[in-house]
Parts: sequence; structure tokens; C-alpha cells
Amino acid sequence: MSERKAPAPIVNIETKPFWDATAEGKLLIKKCNACGEVHWYPRSMCPFCHSMDTVWLESAGKGVIYSHSTMRRAPVPYCLAYVTLDEGTTMMTNLVDVDFDALEIGQKVEVSFADTGQGNALPYFTRV
Amino acid sequence: MSIKGKAFIAGIYEHPTRDASDKSLPQLHAEVAKGALEDAGLTFKDVDAYFCAGDAPGLGGISMAEYMGINIQHTDTTEIGGSSYVAHIGHAAAAIAAGKCNVALVTLAGRPKAEAQKVGTGGGGRGPMFDPNAPELGFEAVYGPATANMYGMAAMRHMYEYGTTSEQLACIKVAASHHAQYNENAMLKKVVTVEDVINSPMISNPLHRLDCCVVSDGGGAMIIVSPEIAKSLDRHCVKVLGHGEAPKHLNGGKVDLTFTGAAWSGPRAFSEAGVTQADIKYASIYDSFTITVLETLEDLGFCDKGKGGEFVMDGNLISGVGKLPFNTDGGGLCSNHPANRGGMTKVLEAVRQLRGEAHEKVQVPDCDIVLAHGTGGSIGTRMGSATVILGREDA
Repeated sequence: MSERKAPAPIVNIETKPFWDATAEGKLLIKKCNACGEVHWYPRSMCPFCHSMDTVWLESAGKGVIYSHSTMRRAPVPYCLAYVTLDEGTTMMTNLVDVDFDALEIGQKVEVSFADTGQGNALPYFTRV
Repeated sequence: MSIKGKAFIAGIYEHPTRDASDKSLPQLHAEVAKGALEDAGLTFKDVDAYFCAGDAPGLGGISMAEYMGINIQHTDTTEIGGSSYVAHIGHAAAAIAAGKCNVALVTLAGRPKAEAQKVGTGGGGRGPMFDPNAPELGFEAVYGPATANMYGMAAMRHMYEYGTTSEQLACIKVAASHHAQYNENAMLKKVVTVEDVINSPMISNPLHRLDCCVVSDGGGAMIIVSPEIAKSLDRHCVKVLGHGEAPKHLNGGKVDLTFTGAAWSGPRAFSEAGVTQADIKYASIYDSFTITVLETLEDLGFCDKGKGGEFVMDGNLISGVGKLPFNTDGGGLCSNHPANRGGMTKVLEAVRQLRGEAHEKVQVPDCDIVLAHGTGGSIGTRMGSATVILGREDA
């Protein structure tokens, strides 16, 4: 079980919509209107076709573990992971409220928000 | 146009210290610079170009140029983490070939041990990877991506896709320790077994403590010169045959942690040098972690993708035993990892092998063509990759 405090993220003018949405429990990703691809981390320019016509898209918050590693040397062990969202892009996150020893690549996970106390929340993932 | 044969490494120096609590950072840079110049038979007055990376304190290369009292006409501060110094060889050779300079000094130094930096397990930190304006930082730093867990994720995925085992990764550390026992300056001289590695404490799974490199102070330097100057020196100079570079990143979320930028930098270097994997008698492979070596060996084409685990078994990386002797100084896994950047020391041991100056127990016979590869940043996120192929003076 995670007892780590959710740290406040660094937010800038480009990423503010993403972090504002987390306060409402929404996980946003970016989609390109020109080529149709979704990408992570969210940015103004599509990294695949370089169009500036990108829009926010709400992810269903479901996906599978791409990889994971549990830091045992930290005061409170925690699991760093990549999750591949059902929408097709892969994001870095923490797996929380899980048995670290039972984690396997390919397991289904869903988003779970942790309040930072700073007006936003961190998207973590937990097993379905 | 190619840089093949357009530049030579005339001098090298590796700082013997592993704990520099008695020296400042600029002092370390200056000491390694002086050592490499003396090795080449040159002086600070001969230097007309300076190459350094993010470990050099102050304003780019200017602060250190001032400290050392050198007057330069060319500077290059390419910062791609631990791979920078390998890339600098290609950049210096290109600058020399273009007539911009004739004697390039490259330095690396750092004192993470003296400064008690939490590296590998602590997360957070300093340097360009922690620039608050770095676009990825807001979406990553909050999750605690320390070094060991990012490499851990790469290892975990490689195991999942290819069946690579912890025992196979351990073979890489075992080989490094066989070499380190002959290096009087190595931090870890004890020869270890596969069992020692997999029984050492888990840092971030699947990586154990002995899968991780050491944290050390120190540094190194090299002098890269034009063919005319190489000819005039009373020193066996090493010819630069080829160079390749490739950043690799998370590709907009199309993540693949099972390969490194070596998959791109390697072919560029081999192509420029006009040699193949079969010609390489010795390889210095960046070894921040055992998984770094395994993926890099596959990506450089020493074995098929996914077969790295089998390739490193049965002592295949041990000098005098296996087909591809690697890191005969003990590498980052056993000897040192100054400034948390191992690219420089990779080149230095490769040069020693070509000169026949490696320890007699690990010297590769008839060593005429070698490879050195640097990795910077993290194979779990974004990295610099640089490969050079070097030959004897007459290669």
C-alpha cells in the first residue's frame, strides 16, 4: 500500500488544461486532428506529423502495464510503471494499492487520482 | 565526406582517484587535462579546441578554458549525458577535418561521492534532466523516476519479450569483476559469481545491487589531433575510423524499452569505419547497469535482438576466455563511473587496448580494431547514444 504523498507537479501554460482536469478526475491526452494519432506526454505540436492542430481528448483511464519496477531502496517502496492506455499511447505513472510482488506486464489497470493539495491530482493506476 | 583517418587520439589520462573530497571540480578537470597532454607529449599552449559536457562547471567551456589558461579557437559543449565524450570524438574529428582546429582537449570530471549525491535510487536531482522547463518533467518527476527503476523497467520488459534472466544479466557483472581484479584503482576488485549478484539486495526489480554501477569521483581526458600532428608525435596514436550518434526517446508514447539508440548509432559508426562486428577485437560498452550492456550488445549487432542473454553467458565477455572481451578495466560496474558519466572511461580503456597498454592479464592479443560505446540519460526514457570505432595508427 502506498503511503507516499502525491507531490505537486510542475505546471506551465501549455499543460495547465491537463492538470486542471485532474481536479475533476479526468485524464486528458492529446489527439492530432491532422493525422489522428494520440500522443503522450501532451504537447501542442503533434510529434508524429508536426501539425499544430492538436486537441484534448478524455481517456477512459483504462489500460495495461507495459513495464514496471518497484524501488525497494526508497523509505517507502513504490512502483514506477508505464501503462499503455486503451487509446493507444503509453504514459509513465505509479502503480498504487497493489501487491508489488504480484505485478506482471500485461495486467489490466485503471486510473486512480491522488490529490496533491495544490488544486490538482496525480493520475496513478491500480489493478482492475 | 567522412572523418575516417582524419583525426587521431594522441593522449589519454584517467584520474586514479575514486574519492575526491580533497579536490574541487575545476581542479579535477585541470588535472586530467594536464595528464592527457603529458601523455601525448603536448602542452596547454598547443591546445586550440576544448570539448566538454554538462559536468564542466561554469559557462560552457569558457570557464574551464579560463581556469586552465588556454586560448582556443573552437569549443563544443555537446551535452548528451554520459555518452557526450564518445560523441566529442566524432565532433572533434569533424572540426579537425574542416580545418577549425588541430589539437582538441576533451575533459570529464565529477565528485558525486564527495558531494554525497543520491544517485540511482533517490529520484530528483540536478542538471539538465531536472530543468523545470524540460517538457517531460511535469509528467514524470512526480512519479519518482530515479535511475535504477527506469533501467529496471527496461530490464523487466526485455525479460518479458525475450526470456532474458537475472542469471544472464549477472554474467555481465561477473565478467567485469574478472577484469577489475587486475585494476589497482578499481573500487570493486573482488571476483564475484552469478549467485553473488542475484543474492545481492534488490534495488529496483529486477535489478540487484550488483547489477548497478559504482558511484565514484574522478575523471578523464583525451587529446584528439590532426594527422599531421599525430605523425610528429613520439607516441602511438589511435586512429578514429568511424563515429555514429543517435538520440532515442519515448517517441510520443510509442514506447519500446527493449532497444537503445545504439541500434542507430552503431550502424552509422560501422559504415563510416568500413568494418563489421567480426573485425572488433575489443569493445568498451557503457555499463551503468547490466541491462545497459545486454541491450547495447544486441543493438550493435554482436548478436541477434533478444539473444543478448545467451551471448553474455559462459564467460563470453571475459578477456582470454570469450569471443568479445569487454570493459577490461572493470568498467562502471567495478572500476569507476566518474561524474555518473561513463563514456570517457570507455574510450580510455579502448585506447589502452589498441596501444597494448591494458593490464597484461586482460590485454587482447593483436588488438587492432576496437569499439567504444556511450549511453547518456536513461534507457528507460530518453538517451544519447554514441559509438566510435578506433584503430591502431596504421589501421
